[in-house]
Amino acid sequence: MKKNKTFHKKKILVVFLGCTVMILGLLGRLVYLMGFRSDYYYEKAKDLHERERDIKAARGEILDINGKVLASNKTVCTISVIHNQVKEAEKVIQVLTKELEMDESTVRKRVEKVSSIERIKTNVDKETGDKIRSYNLSGVKVDEDFKRYYPYGSLASKVLGFTGADNQGIVGLEVKYDSILAGTPGKILTTTDARGVELDEIGESREEPIPGENLRISIDADIQEYVQQAALKVMEEKQAERVSILLMNPQNGEILAMANVPEFDLNAPFTLNTDTDTTGMSDKEKQDLLNQMWRNPCLNDTYEPGSTFKIITMSAGLEEGVVTVNDSFFCPGYKIVEDRRIHCAKRAGHGAQSFVVGAENSCNPVFIEVGLRLGVDKYYEYFKKFGLMKLTNIDLPGEAGTIMHQKDNMGEVELATVSFGQSFQITPIQLATTVSSLINGGNRVTPHLGVAVESADGEEVRKLEYPVETGILSAQTSETVRYILEKVVSEGSGKNAQVEGFTVGGKTATSQTLPRSANRYISSFLGFAPAENPQVLGLCIIHNPQGVYYGGTIAAPVIQNIFQNILPYLGIAQTGKTLALP
Amino acid sequence: MRKKDKEKEPDRQDPGDAVLLILVLVLTAFGLAMLYSTSAYNGRVRFQDSGYYFKKQLFATTLGFVVMYLVSQIDYRMIVQLAPGLYVISMLLSIAVLLFGQEINGSKRWLSLGPLSFQPSEFAKVAVILFLAWQIDRTERNTSGLWFMCRTMLTLLPIVGLVGTNNLSTAIIILGIGVILIFMSNPKYLQFIGLGVTGVCFAAVFLAAESYRLERIAIWRNPEKYEKGFQTIQGLYAIGSGGLFGTGFGSSLQKLGFVPEAQNDMIFSIICEELGLVGAGILMLLFLLLLWRLAVIAMAGRDLMGALIGAGIMGHLAIQVILNIAVVTNTIPNTGITLPFVSYGGTSVMFLLGEMGLAWNVSRHRKRTAA
Repeated sequence: MKKNKTFHKKKILVVFLGCTVMILGLLGRLVYLMGFRSDYYYEKAKDLHERERDIKAARGEILDINGKVLASNKTVCTISVIHNQVKEAEKVIQVLTKELEMDESTVRKRVEKVSSIERIKTNVDKETGDKIRSYNLSGVKVDEDFKRYYPYGSLASKVLGFTGADNQGIVGLEVKYDSILAGTPGKILTTTDARGVELDEIGESREEPIPGENLRISIDADIQEYVQQAALKVMEEKQAERVSILLMNPQNGEILAMANVPEFDLNAPFTLNTDTDTTGMSDKEKQDLLNQMWRNPCLNDTYEPGSTFKIITMSAGLEEGVVTVNDSFFCPGYKIVEDRRIHCAKRAGHGAQSFVVGAENSCNPVFIEVGLRLGVDKYYEYFKKFGLMKLTNIDLPGEAGTIMHQKDNMGEVELATVSFGQSFQITPIQLATTVSSLINGGNRVTPHLGVAVESADGEEVRKLEYPVETGILSAQTSETVRYILEKVVSEGSGKNAQVEGFTVGGKTATSQTLPRSANRYISSFLGFAPAENPQVLGLCIIHNPQGVYYGGTIAAPVIQNIFQNILPYLGIAQTGKTLALP
Repeated sequence: MRKKDKEKEPDRQDPGDAVLLILVLVLTAFGLAMLYSTSAYNGRVRFQDSGYYFKKQLFATTLGFVVMYLVSQIDYRMIVQLAPGLYVISMLLSIAVLLFGQEINGSKRWLSLGPLSFQPSEFAKVAVILFLAWQIDRTERNTSGLWFMCRTMLTLLPIVGLVGTNNLSTAIIILGIGVILIFMSNPKYLQFIGLGVTGVCFAAVFLAAESYRLERIAIWRNPEKYEKGFQTIQGLYAIGSGGLFGTGFGSSLQKLGFVPEAQNDMIFSIICEELGLVGAGILMLLFLLLLWRLAVIAMAGRDLMGALIGAGIMGHLAIQVILNIAVVTNTIPNTGITLPFVSYGGTSVMFLLGEMGLAWNVSRHRKRTAA
């Protein structure tokens, strides 16, 4: 029998102390894991334990200026099954097949698929959803959901736009204001064990969705409807390809109506609005047709404005002082610029005429002369100053930019053609905005539709503000431009736009599209009233009309008709007298 | 045995180390409670009985306490005399496992005896402690020579080899116990440093020899990137979910099938989740206190044999606690080692309580310090 010596005891102590150090080290490791890394692992574990189902947020409504609902929501249901909670698979398949009017094999495949949650059908009527819920089948989930609904169908379709299956804006205002309208989706969180069985004792927690905010826009549904009908009427009468009519307040840029016929049905945005036979077309071709249908030609497409652009040349010339109202001109029916003979619309010539009469006659040589007096540098300067080189920044997606000559490549011939609105392209909204700014006293406004953001219960959350650039034209020149344009309507080529009891200013245009040989025309008229203090500006553009194609003959009456009806509606007082020279 | 060396018996019966008994009782009770909490889900899912694992463990624990009492009543010197026999029996049982073993979870570690199953490797640990105590006590010459070290280790090799074929972790524990007891019986320190370095080199070669062992290292470094790191990462999720005070007794989510076989090796992670850093820290301190009591008992042993038994038991317990917690916290690569008194395993808890009985036995014959 050996003794328990001191060194033995010392060694035991050494071993014990060694163990103590290691255990304390592990305790330190535990402090690190449970203290510093706790959040990381906790989140990971939570992800593992929780099954999440989204609850869609109600999308905000789009309201017209008077509060009429243009875009709203309809309750629909999404039916899903949770595989490992289904107890009576056969009954589930049978009920769902019957109620959803689906193929039995499709339903069977989805019910029998081993997945955490399988969607059977979306966009099911609330009625059907309630009925399925009343069967009380375990493992079948009926989640209520919202689907976008447009009460007016095709009204302002290319402006409003529509949403996709996940309620996200795809085109138009729906995408531009998506962040305001969308809201924040909520969640249903359920905790499950490793087999995916929900733990009843923990229950489910809900994160309530936050509904989107409403958008109040400047469009008046009644005016829009009237304008849209007017556009449809002229399109049919003239067998035109399409017609766009734009109505805006030139003082602040608010858009009252924007019709682009043919419109499409917002409740069926994937159905073509033409009778085009799509059989045999590739998916890409079909998609191209849809994309074409969804375009808003007022801002997505550019065109040669033609004579309406003479308003810009006129403003620049008057402002620069190279021409006055009473300057006299002579039109032999053409003008020779460098080596080119550029014709007037009236081949016989207008003869001797003052500047105002030249405008009334929409005489090309007069405006070529004004353009040449300005010269390329000055003309380009005004082109830029008036804001024609930048986007209007309208609150709609996909605005097209101006297609203009490079200044270095611009000779006298190019300058001459630009002076009467040819050889370059702008969007209709750009033209309407620029003219608005020239006649409102020289304030470049931002065209817009969104006016205010409102809460779901109609309280105004905030007004939407848009920048205004003042002083792009002097107030006096602006007044002269209004005077001349009023004369164009009261005595000149725009006389078809006269409205009894109101002063109307305006300018006609007829332009031939490229290639010139195709003999396709764009007839347009831009008018505003009252001429002395413009409250409404209208632009009507008719693409490829058959028969008579003069803007003054076919487009001016459209604006005349619209003004006749909406000026009293808007409560604009009759003045009736023609304007005096400032 | 030389009669002249025999210590004088104490005048009256020493009741032994009371703190040891209290600690064992507390740990056993705590272990049973946690085992019930952790295993209820698996029991319900597999055997439609949430108490399935608990009842089996309770039975083994009760048996364990009987064994503990019996062992404590016979003088440990008598028991050590049986050590060579026990050692041979443990080897025979290990051979029996290799031949007729019952396979559970892919490992052949159990011998079936009717409704009961028995894990010989647990018995081997106790047998090794007693065998080494017997051997070192018997060695006539001094125990500081290199020859002594090698010879003693060599006597362990048969059992290490037998157990190691299908239970590497237990083989490592047995080797660890051997090293601790040899270290204790040798007054020198320096040669153990050499031994340590040799050991590390050996381990490195051992690991590099088989690519699957290197894979374990890779999983250890980056458990989230490997499918086989699943158990480790689930354990970490459980530990991290606990935070300071835990989710509360019984409310672990990770035990619901996420941590595989949560009632076995990974039970410490569920303790962390339910009782938090505070609860887990208290458990570690309880283990540390127990180790301290065992160290005190060993140091107060009236002879070297008692000291060796005490130190062997302390070493056994310390290795298992440290390795288990280190594995669960992913401090070292994964290897299957149970947490004493807490993890599910009837043989383990029975022999652990038996060892506690031995320690108590030693403490009852301790040297009287100042009365």
